[in-house]
Amino acid sequence: MTTISIDRASRWFGNVVAVNDVSMTIEPGVTGLLGPNGAGKSTLIHMMSGFLPPSSGSVTLDGTPIWKNQQAYKQIGLVPEREAMYDFLTGWDFVLANAELHGLPDPGAAAQRALATVEMEYAQDRQVSTYSKGMKQRVKMASALVHDPAVLLLDEPFNGMDPRQRMQLMELLRRFGAEGRTVLFSSHILEEVEQLARHIEVIVAGRHAASGDYRKIRRLMTDRPHRYTVRSSDDRALAAALIADPSTAGIELDYKERALQIQAIDFYRFTELVPRVAKEAGIRLLTVSPADESLESVFSYLVAAK
Amino acid sequence: MNVTVARLTARGLLGRRRGLLLLALPVLLLALSALIRAIAGQDEGTASNILGGLALGTMVPLVGLVAGTGAIGPEIDDGSIIYLLSKPQPRWKIITSKLVVAIGCSVVFAALPTYFAGLILFGTYQNLTLGYTVAALIAGVAYSAIFLLLGVVSRHAVVWGLMYALLWETVVGAYVPGAQTLSVHQWALSIGEKIASPGVISSSVHLPTAVPLLLVASLGGAWLASARLTRLTLAGEE
Repeated sequence: MTTISIDRASRWFGNVVAVNDVSMTIEPGVTGLLGPNGAGKSTLIHMMSGFLPPSSGSVTLDGTPIWKNQQAYKQIGLVPEREAMYDFLTGWDFVLANAELHGLPDPGAAAQRALATVEMEYAQDRQVSTYSKGMKQRVKMASALVHDPAVLLLDEPFNGMDPRQRMQLMELLRRFGAEGRTVLFSSHILEEVEQLARHIEVIVAGRHAASGDYRKIRRLMTDRPHRYTVRSSDDRALAAALIADPSTAGIELDYKERALQIQAIDFYRFTELVPRVAKEAGIRLLTVSPADESLESVFSYLVAAK
Repeated sequence: MNVTVARLTARGLLGRRRGLLLLALPVLLLALSALIRAIAGQDEGTASNILGGLALGTMVPLVGLVAGTGAIGPEIDDGSIIYLLSKPQPRWKIITSKLVVAIGCSVVFAALPTYFAGLILFGTYQNLTLGYTVAALIAGVAYSAIFLLLGVVSRHAVVWGLMYALLWETVVGAYVPGAQTLSVHQWALSIGEKIASPGVISSSVHLPTAVPLLLVASLGGAWLASARLTRLTLAGEE
């Protein structure tokens, strides 16, 4: 059982606060760190991997601070986001060097095992510089796995991967999670995190916005006021029919735009309600479009709601 | 000393363009020495000028600069250093290994060529060649440590290094005699002065001043680089 604890950690760079008073515990199994770009995910991962001290608060591995503690790397495997990785080496040389740096008793066998795990043996004698993005990602994985770590930290591992590679990596991470390892990966795509993570931590604008399993996060994201713009053959009649239902909280008749601005509070019920009401009243729907569905606005709702 | 770190460093340093650059300087020195010997014959003044000015004054600091900064700077710049640092290895070991490789480069690409150039120009007379070779060797160690530190501390290590080696040591040193007290070149010359026959090599710094300063620069550089590497942060990527 290896656990990373982040306790009231903040990190600022000059006047910019990248991580703001975040507390979370990363336990065995797969955890997804979800948030829009620039939310502070990488800063958090850097703190968890000992490459950045928290400005205040603490980041510990089983109770021991990770910053300036090189022994922690016996338990941590890190897959960084950046691609640079000794491009002049072959995949084999690169993974072998990582095994040697860990001081493993049989680095050759460890490198072989790691390359087999990520299915890169077929290209292990080629130079890293000739690899595709997905292949580089897998060799990075192999280098992080070579010492059989209890904790695996991955910064945006699915970036630039094709669907097949994505599936393979997800399968691999799922397996590690099932083996009882503590796996944490970051992503800005909800669907990606949802498919893989048992537990999701949401971070927005440096703040911890939500935490829970994917059902809870999904619900949080859908159970929020949604704004819709609706145009129909008879806006007034439609508005009257919709406001009678508890799934709507407010309807405005927008004179200039000749449209209804509707605030819905029960997403599923509302989406089912609109076509039914229109059909029963003989009204033709011309436009039904969500007004603010960007990921950022979804996330900022979460922050405001907390 | 970690063999894996040293191997990776050496491969990174000697591969591609940097290796060619390191090789070009000594080849140039040896070719020029052969040409001068053929035209001007064996002359102490000429030999001293070439070994002191071109070899010790220009080639040794440049090779030290390329090897010292190149041993760590590019890895920090592109972020690949993360693979060395995310290991249960003390950071001073990483610095020591890189320093050993940088010094090795200085020996092969600066000190040995100085020796051969000396042999071509003046043979072994008056220990002139030996004096400059030992000076080149010692200067190589100090430059490697200083420039390795610069490589850890600054992203513009090459610019700072060039300013030190060319502006401070050469230009400023020529007009402001006091500046020569803080010159690796002069420290190394003071050791060469003791080895060669009296009056053949001269330095503006006395040996009792030069030796402690050389030790401080070399050991202090390595120590500071280790300390700085321990606190290396990865930030600003978002």
